[in-house]
Amino acid sequence: MAARNPTDKTLGESLRERGVSRRGFLKFCAATASMMALPPSMAPAIAAALEKAKRPSVIWLSFQECTGCTESLTRSHAPTLEDLILDVISLDYHHTLQAAAGDAAEHAREQAMAANPGEYLVIVDGSIPGPDSNPGYSTVAGHSNYAMLMETVENAAAVIAVGTCATFGGLPGANPNPTGAMSVMDLVKDKPVINVSGCPPIPMVITGVIAHYLTFGRLPELDAYNRPMAFFGQSIHDRCYRRPFYDKGLFAKTFDDEGARLGWCLYELGCKGPTTYNACATMRWNDGTSWPVEAGHPCLGCSEPRFWDAGGFYNTVSVPTSASGVDVLAAGAAGAVVGGAVAALAKKQTKTAVAHRQPVTVEELEAKL
Amino acid sequence: MSGSMEFLLWTKGPMFNIAIAIFAIGLLVRIAEIFVLGRKKNFAEARAGEWGPGFRTMLTRTVADPGTFQRAPFNVVVGWVWHIGFLIALLLFLPHIALIESLTGLSWPALPNPVISLVTSVTLVALIATLVHRMTHPVKKRISTVEDYVVWAVVFAVVLTGWLAYYRLVNPYPLVLGMHILSAEIMLILLPFTKLTHIFTTFIARWYNGAAFGRKGVQS
Repeated sequence: MAARNPTDKTLGESLRERGVSRRGFLKFCAATASMMALPPSMAPAIAAALEKAKRPSVIWLSFQECTGCTESLTRSHAPTLEDLILDVISLDYHHTLQAAAGDAAEHAREQAMAANPGEYLVIVDGSIPGPDSNPGYSTVAGHSNYAMLMETVENAAAVIAVGTCATFGGLPGANPNPTGAMSVMDLVKDKPVINVSGCPPIPMVITGVIAHYLTFGRLPELDAYNRPMAFFGQSIHDRCYRRPFYDKGLFAKTFDDEGARLGWCLYELGCKGPTTYNACATMRWNDGTSWPVEAGHPCLGCSEPRFWDAGGFYNTVSVPTSASGVDVLAAGAAGAVVGGAVAALAKKQTKTAVAHRQPVTVEELEAKL
Repeated sequence: MSGSMEFLLWTKGPMFNIAIAIFAIGLLVRIAEIFVLGRKKNFAEARAGEWGPGFRTMLTRTVADPGTFQRAPFNVVVGWVWHIGFLIALLLFLPHIALIESLTGLSWPALPNPVISLVTSVTLVALIATLVHRMTHPVKKRISTVEDYVVWAVVFAVVLTGWLAYYRLVNPYPLVLGMHILSAEIMLILLPFTKLTHIFTTFIARWYNGAAFGRKGVQS
């Protein structure tokens, strides 16, 4: 009997084969519901949907990236990466995680595309040298990143851009952007693109978005940057446990002063929490152990566009990105010179006019009438 | 500019550079012009010194004399309230101090944020009152020019957007912060070319007045 395509099995079948208990499965559904900020009553609905859902084929494309996003994903704890790959999705192509190499690896991608047209998900991490860039800047198996993305996306159901490089250009796209790096949403216009930004993104956000897609068969509600509202709907600042110190005006001035030790607000140390939308403050990292602000470091704003170019990481949010006091002084000096020159000229004109003044007599004026 | 963060970075970067350059050049043109043109040389013998009375008048003219207060109590009280409120919010709010420090290296202690937000709320109400007064007072209504309304709108926009940003009443936050910075930049650009220049020339003018009085030996 020919082996069934792994994507033909429903999730329920696949889970039972792997000996996952009903109780374990419902726990997973409840965790997913709470993570996506859905009411607990949705857990049975998620369970019912996942039970019948087919494992979608997923093609993961890595372009100009540092593999940090994959590192983050492998540390997901709810659901774990193993759950995700073995139970929930069929990860058919991923440079770092797949066993196959060379031609076999590329063949797996082509096969997944051919077997599931219009149904497979494409996940992208890393930015892409744009169509006008030298295609040699970044290649996989001899294909430019741009060509591979466009070919793979053509028959995809949806594209999930993972990490700030794929969502906004990230570090490769930072000034002066030597490779002409572009984001997925810059290039893919005819497919739904969902952005999971962050450098790296929170692992459960990556898996949560995939779980949401499987459960409801559609993409979650998105913000203006195509990011899922469930995770990117609130700013770090609004959910920060140090927020009461901001409201009281209690700030750490250095990294080792009394305020820092007492856990006061890190605004003055350059925290970008007020302008950054992400779920770190609520979901935290490393199995919910901690997150940067809790560890005493200001938020870098890594889930926002152009965060590398948004001024120094340790500059306060209100500080301009490029102007300096010297520039202002120079402008003022130039102004003073111009003003002085204009005034001096006016004085000289007055003086000349006075010197050449022709007295007019009453008779002369009367003669003109 | 495809999104709110790009807008914010534009206001914090290129637009800030443009605004601060126009402000610095424009303001110094005006002030250098005033000083270089100076006053006509006075050949009369001075009866007393100029400096003391000059500085004294800088202070005494800051407080309205009783007659002025009786004639226009609204102008004096509301004018004081919103000017003081504006200055407190401008100079004693932590993000503003951080901005000034980044440009000048000078910094000073900030007031707690709730105090600033209260002061800003009072300032907003006072500013609205000045507009209503300007539009209803029979004399003020007739002597008000377009410039008066433009300057009011710019000042009000700066305070209002700052207040909205502080309470995070507009989503996404980078949009409202960018609007606040942009309105402050518009104010910087207009400052040297409108009556807003009084921020810098008021005390110069008062000194000239006091010095002239002092020279003549009359009470300054």
